[in-house]
Amino acid sequence: MEFFRIRKTIPFMRYALILNLISLVTFLAAVFFIATKGFHLSIEFTGGTVMEVAYPQAPELDKVRTVIAGQGYSDFQVQNFGTSRDVMIRLPLQAGKESAAQSQEVLGALKAADATVELRRVEFVGPQIGKELAHDGLMALAFVVIGIIIYLAFRFEWKFAVAGVIANLHDVVIILGFFAFFQWEFSLPVLAAILAVLGYSVNESVVIMDRIRENFRKYRKASVTEVIDSAITATISRTIITHGSTQMMILAMLFFGGPTLHYFSMAITIGIWFGIYSSVFVAASIAMWLGITREDMIKPVKKEGDKDEVLAE
Amino acid sequence: MNRYPLWKYIMIAVAVVISILYTLPNFFGESPAVQVSSAKTTVKVDPAVMARVGQILDTAKLANTGLYFDQNGPVGTVRARLQNTDAQLRAKDLLERELNPNPTDPSYIVALNLLSASPSWLTAIHALPMYLGLDLRGGVHFLLQVDMKGALTKRYDSLTSDIRTQLRDKNVRNAGINRVGDTIEIVFRDNESRGRARDVLRDNLPDLQVVEQNAGADFKLIGSLTPASIKAAQDSALRQNITTLHNRINELGVAEPIIQQQGADRIVVQLPGVQDVAKAKDILGRTATLEVRLVDDSPEAQSALAGGTVPFGLERYSERDGRPVLVRRQIVLTGENLQDAQAGFDSQNQQPAVHLTLDAKGSRIFRDITRDNINKRMAILLFEKGKGEVVTAPVIRGEIAGGRVQISGSMTSAEASDTALLLRAGSLAAPMEIIEERTIGPSLGADNIKKGFDATLYGFIAVAVFISVYYMLFGVFSAVALSVNVLMLLAVLSMLQATLTLPGIAAIAFTLGMAIDANVLINERIREELRNGASPQQAINLGFDRAWGTILDSNITTLIAGVALLAFGSGPVRGFAVVHCIGIATSMFTSVVVTRAMANLWYGRKKKLTKLSIGTVWKPTKV
Repeated sequence: MEFFRIRKTIPFMRYALILNLISLVTFLAAVFFIATKGFHLSIEFTGGTVMEVAYPQAPELDKVRTVIAGQGYSDFQVQNFGTSRDVMIRLPLQAGKESAAQSQEVLGALKAADATVELRRVEFVGPQIGKELAHDGLMALAFVVIGIIIYLAFRFEWKFAVAGVIANLHDVVIILGFFAFFQWEFSLPVLAAILAVLGYSVNESVVIMDRIRENFRKYRKASVTEVIDSAITATISRTIITHGSTQMMILAMLFFGGPTLHYFSMAITIGIWFGIYSSVFVAASIAMWLGITREDMIKPVKKEGDKDEVLAE
Repeated sequence: MNRYPLWKYIMIAVAVVISILYTLPNFFGESPAVQVSSAKTTVKVDPAVMARVGQILDTAKLANTGLYFDQNGPVGTVRARLQNTDAQLRAKDLLERELNPNPTDPSYIVALNLLSASPSWLTAIHALPMYLGLDLRGGVHFLLQVDMKGALTKRYDSLTSDIRTQLRDKNVRNAGINRVGDTIEIVFRDNESRGRARDVLRDNLPDLQVVEQNAGADFKLIGSLTPASIKAAQDSALRQNITTLHNRINELGVAEPIIQQQGADRIVVQLPGVQDVAKAKDILGRTATLEVRLVDDSPEAQSALAGGTVPFGLERYSERDGRPVLVRRQIVLTGENLQDAQAGFDSQNQQPAVHLTLDAKGSRIFRDITRDNINKRMAILLFEKGKGEVVTAPVIRGEIAGGRVQISGSMTSAEASDTALLLRAGSLAAPMEIIEERTIGPSLGADNIKKGFDATLYGFIAVAVFISVYYMLFGVFSAVALSVNVLMLLAVLSMLQATLTLPGIAAIAFTLGMAIDANVLINERIREELRNGASPQQAINLGFDRAWGTILDSNITTLIAGVALLAFGSGPVRGFAVVHCIGIATSMFTSVVVTRAMANLWYGRKKKLTKLSIGTVWKPTKV
């Protein structure tokens, strides 16, 4: 089998401008939604209590809401979690009240209304944790970005390093944009997924850059654009197959992994597809705008015979 | 060119066999067991208890399939594995009867438990199953924040009384010693006594650093703890809290509790299988109390003791070795007055001893009591769950002033450190607060395992089938390498005794999805070389060689992200990161070395190879 029967080099870079404009627009839209809508942060970041309860039959959520409202709560959420029989209840932090007391009370009230309810999970996070998590998350992001820039600059060249990182940060912002737009819950596993996918899509850029460097060596006469085009054309088959395979694993998690892994897989899925897009279209074209040349990639090596010589006359 | 030396094949075979061995215990499941732990802080569980448990079971002809002793911090646990739940229940009843002659005051807790069912030869080579996280097995998780300010305040209070004692002993006049926030202010009337005080403090209290300050007519010394001693105070507070928590949690009979330090001032407590959060919290928050009382050894009391009666105004307790002792009801001191207890040595005869430090009020009372009761005994009692026990009952040899007390005599240094621990166990060194709490029901845990496992399995099958169809034989090589990768990943995780969580399972799936990248790179490269007209043998060689640089680069960038997650992540993120990082390492090995080995083994010896089974190699027809 062979999916990709590419007859000649596809002139990707001819469309660089328009592709970059699309990227820019998507990026700005993502920033806009993050700024206006904000994130639906999980309690790991906000602090509070989450309870997950299961009923033998699907309960009416409104009834559950009435019961909890009867406990004196106003700012709480009740929603189905996974199946219609599982209900997730999110309670805000209450000053001066013990977390255990909070969940016990609510469970007691729910039990009084319907004795068949079963407690599946309780999670309480104090207010001080959230700030730290946000801080640690940003630190991790900074570490990844700087680490990758240093490595790529060392292995390739700074223009590629910058191009690769810009392209992939743009992926991160777009993933975040999706989470803001759809108000999907942003939890710690999602954060892990985003950072992992950042490392993963840099892969893609690395593969293409590797090929660009190789082609610079191979085709001495070709122009920079031609070299980039041929490199992308040569790797596109691998790109699609690899990402397709990874996506299969992730889809399995999305469908069979249960609600806990749902948004985790979602973040990776978006990351994978925008990762391809940005590595193929954005990274290479940014490197092109930055003015990559053959000399950048191939460091001239001094040959043995080039040494200056002093000879006796 | 496509040959591997024999040692490489052997190395791969050995790696695979070891991986199988260490992955194996994960598949045996668990078998019923009973667990014996101490019910009181004064009862120690050691290998001798294990021997006794074995003996009790043998006498009753209850065959056990393994006896284990575990030392977790200061707490020992004995576990016996049994053949079935029937034997488990009988063993529990039997042990409870034999070990606790007095059921109203049990010395040991006998609890039902589960142990890995893997055969003992696997256990002997330390092949143990992975530890399942709470999200997979159910249980309670707490994150406790230790109030370090509280611990320091305690330390400053005791330091203040130390300074007072020192200055009085050396006859240095002062006009007041007070703790002001996190400093100690000592006021003097003249500069000369301040200078003397400074020398005295420097010589006797190395933990203290002082600066001079003049305010109006007063000459002041402002003392504070040195950074090193602040750190030491905080460390010891944290350690003591962990020890205290160990003792308390032990009483819950939890199979494998985790009590660990996290960061500088936090403690993680995980109690697998516990569902009753309210009870767990109650136990975590409770304090044992310590009391000092006088012992009545008078002839009347002795005869009453022998006759089995307790005279009015006295109470009967037993010492640690079981001897009964009559103690007055009146409380001399409580644990609140005890600031510290450390094991050490007598400064004169180098005998093991326990050094106690009392606060100012305690010191005063203690001086009066010791002066009036020379040559009598005093008892230090530890009350837990409303029941008291005598930790130690030394004889008072003379008046003790100054609040520094030493208990010594015929004890070993192990006994001394035990006693010190018990005396400290009465209280937490610093208050704690629960800042994170998670309860996961057992049914949810089982669901999570099943879902995670299913997702990984389906994804794996899909990828393996696709890759085998697309790349034919080379695809099969890749799929085999991928399964070796799973095997090695599980083996390494089991060897490290890592905790597997749901995000960890997700990481396994994600890592597998990424691991196939290296194989795709190699296979595409081989196809490309064939397309460009290389001979099959050459194509294999060039394909692997040229793909290697790219594989290394891309894995290193992924590893950078993994390490960042490991360094900055906590909880679920860390569980993900550990598996992710290990997975990257194993996948590099399997996709490059193992796949190459298979390709070499299959094709390497064929001299006149004309075709590779790598799917369609499509060549563009020249237009």
